[in-house]
Amino acid sequence: MKDMVSKKVELLVGLFVALGLAALLMLSVKVANSGFGAGGESYQLFAKFDNIGGLKVRSPIKIGGVVIGRVSNISLDDEDYTPVVTLDIKIQYNQLSEATSVAILTAGLLGEQYLGLQPGFVDDSVDTLQPGDYIEDTRPALVLEELIGQFLFSQGSGEE
Amino acid sequence: MQQLHYLGKQTLSMISGLGRAVILLVSAIVHVPNVRKGTPLLIQQLYSVGVLSLLIIIVSGTFIGMVLALQGYTILVGYGAEASLGPMVALSLLRELGPVVAGLLFAGRAGSALTAEIGLMKATEQLSSLEMMAIDPLRRIIAPRFWAGFISLPLLTAIFSMVGILGAHVVGVNWLGVDSGTFWSVMQEQVDFEKDILNSVIKSIVFAFVVMWIAVYKGYDCEPTSEGISRATTSTVVQSSLLILCLDFILTALMFVK
Amino acid sequence: MINSAFEANLVEIENLTFKRGERVIFDNISLSIPKGKVTAIMGPSGIGKTTLLRLIGGQLKPESGNILFAGKNIPLLSRADLYEVRKQMSMLFQSGALFTDMSVFDNIAFPIREHTKLSENIIEKIVLMKLEAVGLRGARHLQPSELSGGMARRVALARAIALDPELILYDEPFAGQDPISMGVIVRLIRSLSDALGLTSVVVSHDVPEVMSIADYIYIVAEKKVIGHGTPEQIRQDSSPLVQQFIQGDADGAVPFHYEAPAYRDELIRRVSK
Repeated sequence: MKDMVSKKVELLVGLFVALGLAALLMLSVKVANSGFGAGGESYQLFAKFDNIGGLKVRSPIKIGGVVIGRVSNISLDDEDYTPVVTLDIKIQYNQLSEATSVAILTAGLLGEQYLGLQPGFVDDSVDTLQPGDYIEDTRPALVLEELIGQFLFSQGSGEE
Repeated sequence: MQQLHYLGKQTLSMISGLGRAVILLVSAIVHVPNVRKGTPLLIQQLYSVGVLSLLIIIVSGTFIGMVLALQGYTILVGYGAEASLGPMVALSLLRELGPVVAGLLFAGRAGSALTAEIGLMKATEQLSSLEMMAIDPLRRIIAPRFWAGFISLPLLTAIFSMVGILGAHVVGVNWLGVDSGTFWSVMQEQVDFEKDILNSVIKSIVFAFVVMWIAVYKGYDCEPTSEGISRATTSTVVQSSLLILCLDFILTALMFVK
Repeated sequence: MINSAFEANLVEIENLTFKRGERVIFDNISLSIPKGKVTAIMGPSGIGKTTLLRLIGGQLKPESGNILFAGKNIPLLSRADLYEVRKQMSMLFQSGALFTDMSVFDNIAFPIREHTKLSENIIEKIVLMKLEAVGLRGARHLQPSELSGGMARRVALARAIALDPELILYDEPFAGQDPISMGVIVRLIRSLSDALGLTSVVVSHDVPEVMSIADYIYIVAEKKVIGHGTPEQIRQDSSPLVQQFIQGDADGAVPFHYEAPAYRDELIRRVSK
């Protein structure tokens, strides 16, 4: 009922409302849609796969288990309709050789899928990958159903 | 015969109570607030209803998020599905736990305090005194409190869900080793802005309405004695908690079941 | 032109009947409150003296009858008109009813801030003047919880006169006061009435205090006005009820026993059962 609202109360109320709105904003942006949060400078590489399996935007990219970046976009090539994955890689890892290969791997039997990079050798004859380059050597995701299918098929043909 | 008489009497008193509550509600919220005089009153109430509930909301939200992450992880890891920890926590918090638990805490913290405050004002003749000063206590006392609650609870609910998710992130990612990117990305993929976040806000607005209505009505209508106030305070918490849980079921059925 | 009856009487109660549920509180009573005088309404506890004040203030509606305040019939006024009329009256509640979350100063400034657009500078002058009138100018920074009962009532009095009303209704102003603060309040009521020309209505059952300040006294008991007059006339009144009340006798016209069947009959009935 006080008529004179003290400055402290006004400030705290302001903070409270700001905090509430920030939480709402964060929920809508960080929890519901992509957006902020990657942090740090990065550069982009591209890779084409036959099949990306369960790979998702923001899936990690690893070399020997160390996260060096994240998948920032997945789309289909306009002409040949093969999946194109955009790799956001931290700027400090910018000396990858052109001989680098990339595979879609699975953590555990049913776990999340990630991109595993196998860095190629570096010497004078091989250039390093420049931002915007395509990684040529790619291996698609293993799809369990296909694997089982192949296994059964080979078993069947082996008996004849 | 005796029972019938009793039943009739109870029904009548319930209906007249509901009538008084509706009149109170209408006169409290229909008044056009006076900007010059109303704003400081609203700010003062936002402080006592919102800011003072902040601590309990943040602490409970964090712990609930952390517990959800621990429990969720131990279950999900059995299926190798710990990648789904993020959406599990986020959806539980946004759809149900956030609005409901924040609503229950709000009823206990702010609702009971409001009932007691208004009841005490009535018992010490402060409300009568306002009336005799030609100042409408509905406009001066009830309306700002009502609106403050209405604004505060949705904000508190958002804060609750957010700190809950952050708490789950601490447990899931920093302690249990779920990948941070997976945590967020799978969450983002499964949480829908309209379906989950908007509905969370709608639920919290409905609950705010229920808690504030019950709290101010119980205070305004209480018997102006010590027992009357304590009874009114208890029944504010009990009734608003039950109504929150009840309405939550109805709202969930309307929102998520096609 | 105001008619002469209103000139003399600020409040006129005509044939008022008030019921609470089935219980009749006032049965067709009439009384008038002269302008600029201290009128006391006395009577035993529980006969609805406070109710009478609330009826005058328009917080309760009577079953039938008129309550005229400066010619306006309170029970028939619209809500807006009633609030307008209330600006000319104030009530000193038994508990003081100070706003517990404001300082003494803000309590008194409250009605002024609500009803006027005066600058803080002028409001401060008015508040200090009112506090000076009740002798508590030094207590302006205290919170209501820091005041004694007597001081709280004086602050409430200062708040009641903040907007210079025409009528003050005092609800049991002497109840629960020590002799010194009782003396202070008696003096204040008298001096406010004399100095400012306020019309005062004092509801009380403290006979000596009322006798010492009232210009005119009504004694209400058993739903009726049982006697009225100046203090001198009341002392001379022949009614046994009035005499019992001002003497404070335990038994008399108002019986000591609450209405009951004869004790002997009841005992015999119990035994024979």
